[in-house]
Amino acid sequence: MAFNIKGKQPKGAAKNDLNTVPWLTKARPYLIMAPSLLITIGILIPFGMAIFYSLTNYSFRLPNYKFIWFRNWINMFTDKAFWHAVWVTVRFAFFATVFEMLLGLGIALLLGNTENRFTKILRVVLTFPLMVAPVIGTIIWQLMTNNAVGILEKFLNLFGIYNFPWAASHATAMFTAVLIDLWVYCPFVIILILAGIQSLPKSPFESAKIDGGSAWFTFRNLTLPMIKPCIYIALLFRLMASLQEFSIIFALTKGGPGDTLMNLSVTAYNTGFAFQKFGSSLPYILVLWFIVNLVAKQIVKRWMQSQKAASGRDAAAEEGGKS
Amino acid sequence: MKRKRIVSNAVKNGLLALYALFALFPLFWMVLISFKSDAQMFNTTFIFNPTLENYDAVLLRTDYFKYFIDSIIVSVIAVLISVLAGVPAAYALARYDFKKKENLAFTILSFRFAPEILVVLPLFMIYQKIGLYDTYFGLIWVYQLITMPLLIWVIRGYFEDISVEIEHAAQVDGYSWWQVFLKRLLPLIKPGLVSASLLAFIFAWNNFTFPLMLSGTYVETITVASLKYIASDTVHYGQMAVAATVSALPAVIFALLIQKHLVRGLSFGAVKG
Repeated sequence: MAFNIKGKQPKGAAKNDLNTVPWLTKARPYLIMAPSLLITIGILIPFGMAIFYSLTNYSFRLPNYKFIWFRNWINMFTDKAFWHAVWVTVRFAFFATVFEMLLGLGIALLLGNTENRFTKILRVVLTFPLMVAPVIGTIIWQLMTNNAVGILEKFLNLFGIYNFPWAASHATAMFTAVLIDLWVYCPFVIILILAGIQSLPKSPFESAKIDGGSAWFTFRNLTLPMIKPCIYIALLFRLMASLQEFSIIFALTKGGPGDTLMNLSVTAYNTGFAFQKFGSSLPYILVLWFIVNLVAKQIVKRWMQSQKAASGRDAAAEEGGKS
Repeated sequence: MKRKRIVSNAVKNGLLALYALFALFPLFWMVLISFKSDAQMFNTTFIFNPTLENYDAVLLRTDYFKYFIDSIIVSVIAVLISVLAGVPAAYALARYDFKKKENLAFTILSFRFAPEILVVLPLFMIYQKIGLYDTYFGLIWVYQLITMPLLIWVIRGYFEDISVEIEHAAQVDGYSWWQVFLKRLLPLIKPGLVSASLLAFIFAWNNFTFPLMLSGTYVETITVASLKYIASDTVHYGQMAVAATVSALPAVIFALLIQKHLVRGLSFGAVKG
């Protein structure tokens, strides 16, 4: 393949190389991928449509629609409800992600450090909440927090707390939603970080022990940098998903009480489906998409850096172990 | 020193037990109250006379079974289509170098992370127009956004783990490209393929947003249907618990089967557990 028998000018040589490859061979990877792309590419059409229809007053109620330029966008940006939705989105994502990451890291470290029958079983059964559909998980928590039959009410009664409002009150609805999100997705963080901990090389930890490094020192300088790639992956997935969270909030209160849990996803759903203002619902979700993209790019960048750093450390550690 | 270690171990196990209680008790309690009659719901906690009347009511006297079958039809066919189209694509991404390869791969991945509502709102319109709204095919198609990226990215990793030498050796033996793929490579990736498919099934089974907005009367999945048991006027808590228990069952069983490959699947191949 590398021989260029016909020998045209050297500049075109590389291109010529490809030309000597039969067309079918060159096209093969594209042909192999074509079915999967054809099936999923349909999604680009809705996406293009979303941008177009966000500039119209399209509604399921009206027979026709008009092109109204940026009026939907201007309306949205001057609407208090939009800024409230952004605030709810950010707050929910922040609290859910932070608690999931911290608790997940803690439990993963505990599980990774002890090897006995108890932790072995735990590693398997702790994934169960993650496998149950988030909607179903929310239903379970609604039953548990129900003041008439719920087990949590009976439990709190022991401490003299009666009729804790959970999702029904403005003050505790966010807490309840985050709690359910934590219950569903913490196992995700645990098993990702646990995988990172279990793939750590042993020798640097042994030498740290011999040198008499404290547990905190070992964690800060050895464990943490090496499991950083796993942490970033967990963070990436959780942050992207919690910014977009719809199922849990919708199943819990449909965004209520009032507008307490109206994040961008739920607001867009309500505007588009409940109020049937299709055109004006789209800017909300396009803004959300923009935020998610921005956040994801930042984390991916950091993940790649951490991966480089960790593999460098890995190699150095292995060499250190050999010498 | 020894005593200190015993204490620290006890603390560790205690903390783990506490988290385990938080993670597992809701599931245990859900199963428990699914056996409770409506009357016992209010005045008993853990000790009561178990009854099957809730199961009888939900499974035999409502359309729940139909929703269950709908979920199976949609999820299974969605996964099958993704496997058929996705495995070759994963192979191409793993083995060939071609222009815009990584761009294509990331485009496919980005489908999974686009806000579901962004996809669903315009799709709702298209589906209404071309008659795919509330059909099996419509749901199966949109479920490709969940199952296809997962399969392509995870299986790509499994292909990359296999040395190219194996393929070359098989080609020297006179196998055609297709035969190499079928007879040498597929058996090697089979465990990974099966677990990735099962995970894709779980994701499809658990999805809520797509069926909520793109179907409703003719086709209805179990996730959307289960929510109805809350909305009804006379709340039968036991029946809600039954609906939740039965719909959680397939996912939990499959999760047990794929433990080894779970990390890899959940991270789309980014973390090789």
